Amino acid sequence: MPPEQQTPPPPRTLEAAQQQHRSEAAPRWTERLHGLGPVIGLVLLCIAGTLLNGDFATLDNAMNVLTRTAFIGIIAVGMCFVIISGGIDLSVGSMAALIAGSVIMFINWAGPASGSPLLAVVMGAVLAVVLGAVFGLAHGLLITKGRIEPFIVTLGTLGIFRAYLTYFADGGALTLDNELSDLYAPVYYASLAGIPVPVWVFVIVAIVGGLILNRTAYGRYVQAIGSNEQVARYAAVDVDRVKILTYVLLGVCVGIATLLYVPRLGSASPTTGLLWELEAIAAVIVGGTALKGGAGSITGTVVGAVLLSVISNILNLTSIISVYLNAAVQGFVIIIVAFLQRGRR
Amino acid sequence: MTTFTRRLALTAVAAAAFASLPALAAEKVNLGVSIPAATHSFMGGINYWANQAKKDLEKEHKDLKITIKTAANAPEQANQLQDLSTVTKINALVVFPFESAALTKPVAQVKAKGAYVTVVDRGLTDTSAQDAYVAGDNTAFGRIPAEYIVKQLNGKGNVVALRGIATTLDNERMDAFNAVLKNSPDIKLLDAKYANWNRDDAFKVTQDYLTRFKNIDAIWAADDDMAVGVLKAIEQAKRDDIKIIFGGAGAKGMVKTIMDGKDKRITADVSYSPKFIYDAIKLTAEARLKGEKLPATTIIPSVLITKENAKDFYHPNSPF
Repeated sequence: MPPEQQTPPPPRTLEAAQQQHRSEAAPRWTERLHGLGPVIGLVLLCIAGTLLNGDFATLDNAMNVLTRTAFIGIIAVGMCFVIISGGIDLSVGSMAALIAGSVIMFINWAGPASGSPLLAVVMGAVLAVVLGAVFGLAHGLLITKGRIEPFIVTLGTLGIFRAYLTYFADGGALTLDNELSDLYAPVYYASLAGIPVPVWVFVIVAIVGGLILNRTAYGRYVQAIGSNEQVARYAAVDVDRVKILTYVLLGVCVGIATLLYVPRLGSASPTTGLLWELEAIAAVIVGGTALKGGAGSITGTVVGAVLLSVISNILNLTSIISVYLNAAVQGFVIIIVAFLQRGRR
Repeated sequence: MTTFTRRLALTAVAAAAFASLPALAAEKVNLGVSIPAATHSFMGGINYWANQAKKDLEKEHKDLKITIKTAANAPEQANQLQDLSTVTKINALVVFPFESAALTKPVAQVKAKGAYVTVVDRGLTDTSAQDAYVAGDNTAFGRIPAEYIVKQLNGKGNVVALRGIATTLDNERMDAFNAVLKNSPDIKLLDAKYANWNRDDAFKVTQDYLTRFKNIDAIWAADDDMAVGVLKAIEQAKRDDIKIIFGGAGAKGMVKTIMDGKDKRITADVSYSPKFIYDAIKLTAEARLKGEKLPATTIIPSVLITKENAKDFYHPNSPF
């Protein structure tokens, strides 16, 4: 069990206190079962997938699914911090698209300009992370110093980011020049020890995220603020700084996801990253983090992200269900998994 | 080609009319254009060609004013139609509806106020709300690739298809594709799944097709954007069994590939150019300047693009 569940965060209302009391009184094994909800869901799905199509359980397919999950998964790890602190970020999909577009334009320009394609690609990758951090910082400042609701700030930037990408792309697609694209391709397509690079990055981001959340004072502050912002303020936590940092952290995660995404197709268009924000938020919540903040787990988030892509993978590998109902199946599974872990709010 | 000659004829007639009877041109045409925002490459092309039409036609006719509005969704488009009618006071409208049913009433209201209405691409559910209809040929969009694939595979092989977004337009294409395959019992359509006219989704769906089917002869990507994702997925899986990848619409990158013969799997495409919005605006504007009507239905034909005719479909300046 992840450590953050051993010391429950301070209850913030009387009602919450009662709930807390009730859950403490409940038998321990059901608590455990609830915590394992997403894992059980994933295991059941995998069994179903294997029964429906033997190819599901192959290593190649597993790697395909994990590589695909990497983008949403990495973003979800950052999103987990924001949601635990009681915030939300709706702009991540658009942000990823704009960063992808900017990086492509930059690399296309810097390749010939600097004379070293490799340098251009490396600088492009750095730019992705820097842009993510800057966008995140802007969100954080608007939300804390500007005192605007995170929902509104990021709803605004959701439109702004995507509109600028569409503008830069002239409504079409921005495409990486061929030679540069070949040079950048291994970042997505290459493998280390049989495991694709994006999966490695995903694992590293998840581990680092887990360590920050559970083993540092900063992680504690994030949980405390999500649990009760006023109390955290009285306890001399620099609430604004911690909150700003959660958005910067998420921005960096989006940057990392994007620098892995760009070499996949070598292009960005107005449809890039469409609805990623909802997928990332769903991964976090399905993984057992409360949407209202206060508590959550990175492990759950990772399982949630994998679960979401396994569903569509299984649907693609079979044709027993009408294609018109694919989205419905996804909806049913999400609700069922949420039901399995319901006791933990 | 029929439309081209028709357009030529119209222009000639228009020129003659202007030369001989300048007094007739006194009536100004205030033309509104309502199109979806550039949310993907094809719509980017629609936006490009609409603006191109405004530029060309306003220069050519001083009595013509064109107002272009782009909408992100159907309700927004309905609001813009109202604005065009009451604020801009248009007397002619070219509309590319987001969806058929939801926009039928709003378009009917514009027509009720006396504007001449040309509907483009997606037909309205009640055709009395429109004066003229200009569209691409969705049946040919599905039929031509099917015929090409059947011929290239000599009537035998495994095919998978990608679909766009569940719409009547997508259904028409798929039905036409299926209708051709029915006559070739040895061509097997293994599956057809939605990839939303999106490169990333096409990549994922193709990856899963490649996992699931060990032998695929042809992929009907059904859209040049989706074909990009298909190619990357095949490249990643290092599969060499696929002989044909057929996109659709004639995006400039794809047409260039065919023109240069760069990829032996991509030898043909079917045209469905966003340029038809340009034709629709031009036809409507020029007919209205003369106080004439358009034929009730004008179909811009979809034709097979191969190496021989590819250069006619290559527009390097268009975003699509």
